[in-house]
Amino acid sequence: MKTEIIIAGFGGQGVLSMGKILAYAALMNDLEVTWMPAYGPEQRGGTANVTVILSDKQISSPVLNRYDIVVALNQQSLDKFESKVKTGGVLIYDAYGIHRAPTRTDITVKKIPAMDVCLEMGNTKIYNMVVLGAVLGMRDMLPLDAVTRGLKKTLPERHHHLIPLNEEAIKRGMELVK
Amino acid sequence: MKGNEAIAHAAIRYGADGYFGYPITPQSEVLETLEELMPWETTGMVVLQAESEVAAINMVYGGAACGKAVFTSSSSPGVSLKQEGISYIAAGELPALIINVMRGGPGLGTIQPSQADYFQTTKGGGHGDYRLITLAPSSVQEMADFVGLGFDLAFKYRTPSIILADGIVGQMMEKVVLPPQRPRRTDEEIARQCPWAVTGKPASRKRNVMTTLELEPAAMEVINNRLQEKYKLIEENEVRYQTYDTDDAEYLIVAFGSIARICQKAIEEAREQGIKIGLLRPITLWPFPKDEIDRLSHKVKGILVVEINAGQMIEDVRLSCHDRIPVYHFGRLGGMIPDPQEVLDAFFNHFPEANKQ
Repeated sequence: MKTEIIIAGFGGQGVLSMGKILAYAALMNDLEVTWMPAYGPEQRGGTANVTVILSDKQISSPVLNRYDIVVALNQQSLDKFESKVKTGGVLIYDAYGIHRAPTRTDITVKKIPAMDVCLEMGNTKIYNMVVLGAVLGMRDMLPLDAVTRGLKKTLPERHHHLIPLNEEAIKRGMELVK
Repeated sequence: MKGNEAIAHAAIRYGADGYFGYPITPQSEVLETLEELMPWETTGMVVLQAESEVAAINMVYGGAACGKAVFTSSSSPGVSLKQEGISYIAAGELPALIINVMRGGPGLGTIQPSQADYFQTTKGGGHGDYRLITLAPSSVQEMADFVGLGFDLAFKYRTPSIILADGIVGQMMEKVVLPPQRPRRTDEEIARQCPWAVTGKPASRKRNVMTTLELEPAAMEVINNRLQEKYKLIEENEVRYQTYDTDDAEYLIVAFGSIARICQKAIEEAREQGIKIGLLRPITLWPFPKDEIDRLSHKVKGILVVEINAGQMIEDVRLSCHDRIPVYHFGRLGGMIPDPQEVLDAFFNHFPEANKQ
């Protein structure tokens, strides 16, 4: 089993940390994993993206041109990566700020109101966890407890009291794609 | 963890005595991680942010002269600044570890990954006839492993070694198994291991002098000959490389560092179409695996050298196989990274006859 994912959006949306939590969750589940960020000026406000590969075998290239799952959290990312979803793959996007919707019909397209869910839950900082939930809901790649252990590993101890809130956000995200 | 972080952890666990550096993207996590881990409170290792790259490399020079296991890290423009010191360390026959997490140049260039310092690292960089044992990691695991290997080789041959990484392996995160924690060597152990070191002269022995100046040409030639003999010994004994699918290969790709993994994926895709490409990944860029490339050049129809520069390692590949078969180069510049499909497109562009369809 191998899943090749790219998560793309604005710097500050939690793109890199979402990828990091996913990567650590895979690590906790004894999978091989690579996490490759676009580390340039993107991190400081432009567009950011991270490629995460989970596999039960050794991973060759950390750099890809086609993906099983594309998560696009702004218009530029959607424009750039829609064509890079493998046939039969998944494209997840948040309609927030999107004025040109995806047009491909040979892939599964999921529009998720992740920002609306955050506003409903009263905390926009868990946005990336709602999106992560949607990713996990689309493909059966990791159990929720592995993600919880991934969260414990990536969050500093002083933020561990927020783990239940993050778990709740992930579950809400999963429900969005049911 | 990130490749840069793995270097910091591995160095502490190796029992390194000191790190001297100056921050620069994309390797700043080396210094940051060391500062965060505070090894001066556990192993007693010194971590110092110097006032410049020039200061850092000369602190390494000083530490190495005392027999200490010391290292520095930087990225391309910073490593250029260190070249004078590197030449002095090589001339002084001192063990030290240098790490270059390459970014695109020339000049201040870009902060994105590159392999354009191949010439600088393997052909000199600083002045004079010297060589650096050059290790090119392609994974976070190798970033950790090559710290220990780099130090071991440096002490074995009393010569500086360098880890030539790129922004990709520096910045990416992967699973890594760290080496066990070793204690730092005691002063007595250093004196035994490094009888040449300037550690303070006891009454029982004559002075150790550390200098790289010799104005008498005949004497300087003797020194140079000694260095060349050592380099020959390293070329005979320390060549390292990895091959992948070369047994039945009709074509060969030669690539190092993270780019070798991108090529591996391209090869996997080519093999699904029945096109037999193999990969040779030099792990030591100096000493270069010329004999293995020479051997493979008798079996394959052509070689594609993939490197993110304008064509540097290709010169060593062509020398290795004596231009027996066609050797082509493919690369992206300025911090651009080719994806596996681009590598395949370049391969078919140069070897259209390989495409059976």
